[in-house]
Amino acid sequence: MSALPPAGSFLERAPLELRDAVVQVLPVPVQWLAHHLITIVAVLAVFGLFFAFTTIAERKLLARLQNRRGPNRTGLPRFSILPWHLKHTLFGLSQPFADAVKALTKEDIVPAAADKLLHFLAPVVVVAFSLMTFAVLPFGRFLIPVDIDAALLYFFAAGSATELAIFMAGWSSRNKYSLLAAMRALAQLISYELPLILSVVPIVLITGTLSTQTIVVAQGNWSFGLLPHWFVFTPWGFAGFIIFLISALAESNRSPFDLPEAESELIAGHLTEYSGFKYALFFMAEYFGLTALSGLGVTLFLGGWQAPCAFLEFIPSYLWFMLKLIGMIVFFIWVRGTLLRLRIDQLTRLSWQFLVPLALINVGNAAFWSLTSGWSGPLQLVRWGVSLAVIVIPFIAMGRTLTAGFAPRTYRYAP
Amino acid sequence: MTVALIFIAVLMLGSAATAMVLRNLIHSALLLIASWAGVAAFYLWAGAEFVAFAQVLVYVGAISMVVLFAVLLTRQNLDDRQPAEPASRARALAAVLIGASVAGVITATVLSTSFKPSAAEAPNATVKQIGLDLMESHGATLLIVGVILTVALLGATVIAATDKKSDPEDAQ
Repeated sequence: MSALPPAGSFLERAPLELRDAVVQVLPVPVQWLAHHLITIVAVLAVFGLFFAFTTIAERKLLARLQNRRGPNRTGLPRFSILPWHLKHTLFGLSQPFADAVKALTKEDIVPAAADKLLHFLAPVVVVAFSLMTFAVLPFGRFLIPVDIDAALLYFFAAGSATELAIFMAGWSSRNKYSLLAAMRALAQLISYELPLILSVVPIVLITGTLSTQTIVVAQGNWSFGLLPHWFVFTPWGFAGFIIFLISALAESNRSPFDLPEAESELIAGHLTEYSGFKYALFFMAEYFGLTALSGLGVTLFLGGWQAPCAFLEFIPSYLWFMLKLIGMIVFFIWVRGTLLRLRIDQLTRLSWQFLVPLALINVGNAAFWSLTSGWSGPLQLVRWGVSLAVIVIPFIAMGRTLTAGFAPRTYRYAP
Repeated sequence: MTVALIFIAVLMLGSAATAMVLRNLIHSALLLIASWAGVAAFYLWAGAEFVAFAQVLVYVGAISMVVLFAVLLTRQNLDDRQPAEPASRARALAAVLIGASVAGVITATVLSTSFKPSAAEAPNATVKQIGLDLMESHGATLLIVGVILTVALLGATVIAATDKKSDPEDAQ
């Protein structure tokens, strides 16, 4: 798996030990197959459940943000063979499973004029490719499905195929609104792919590798055992993280960038002609994409599976990863409940006029940081100061010029 | 390993061949993308991870969009199942000539290349090595290619952007 020294405790190695124990039972010729199958099934099961509980968490949190209660009625079904029945509704936590049954049993309507094959293939492609991105995320010190040299490139390559699926969905529906919305979605995705990748380049520049596991290892160690050396705690890392967050929101069609769907304004964008389980697959892929991008953000900027303080290292690394991942998801839900949706021209302008130049400046900033890595003592302060100035001054200057004439708004009332 | 290669080859060539036969341009474009994905699979098979992922990122992710947008924006009627232009003798002759000359060049290159039975040593192709090679010994080439592509992109935009000339004075 990884070339790290086996420094972990038993808990750290537990998932691997479990897998090896199962693999050992099987005959030798199928061992390699079982080895990989178990990894795949584990990722599918964990992130399938994670998806299910993300939906319920989102519904409940959004409800709280809007002063509602959210879904709280779904309990356990009453099995007639059981002599007793659990009356408690479990706070509605079984809602996602009820939703799954609903989606599965709904009628699947395909428009008569639709391109049947492509209409069917689009949700399959989008789910398959969004699941593929999980393969290179290091979930723990020893837990990474595939540890490859060019992991980051793989991640973005797998992610870029979702654009194709959106086009297929929009075009094959044979509905002009679907097609128009798909084109809008593509314009958005292509616009934000650039700042997303550019925000990641500084990390590659500093660590000199594309391997996700090595990037996490590079964020190890603590100052005084308390301050972690995560990249988000450097000027260029913080700027990169913010750009990454905004682009990740846009790439996963989340509010405030949910223009492709915009359920209260457009009908449902490229999903107009989808119903039943195919719609559920798109929904699932959207959440998988969001989870994978959050996982990448955690890996690149938030120290991956590293513990925040040295004395907290006894908690297994995969739990830290999941904790940070949940933090990211909750943050995204919070953003969805708080910010208003952008217009399409504002959306593309934000990307091309603001995020892309800022990300490019940030790459230069990271180059400066990398060149001055030998500075110490008072020069360290100079290094931080220059790096901060390089990113903050363009941020303020560009923000001022771009919003000139727009803000602050003045409201006049009729006398 | 050979079985995988045959499978990849069938996927690549099959989808490319079907793309040429089909009348529906969008289907052809999607099959062409499948063929590019097959090329990426071949790179993976050959152990060139970096090139494979770059192939997917650039071709399946980006160039496919350019192709699909071009098809959608230029064709007025997508259900048009007739040949786009009337076939003529001159047109057919030109097509055969160009096809034959391309085939001739490729065949000549294949014939004149001496294929060594096996590489003497496995090339050191880590991502870091590729990056250093690209930036150090091939840095100028990379820059020139970038400039050419940018010029091509700008040229394409200029050609495609046909502003309606409301004022006849602007036509000159």
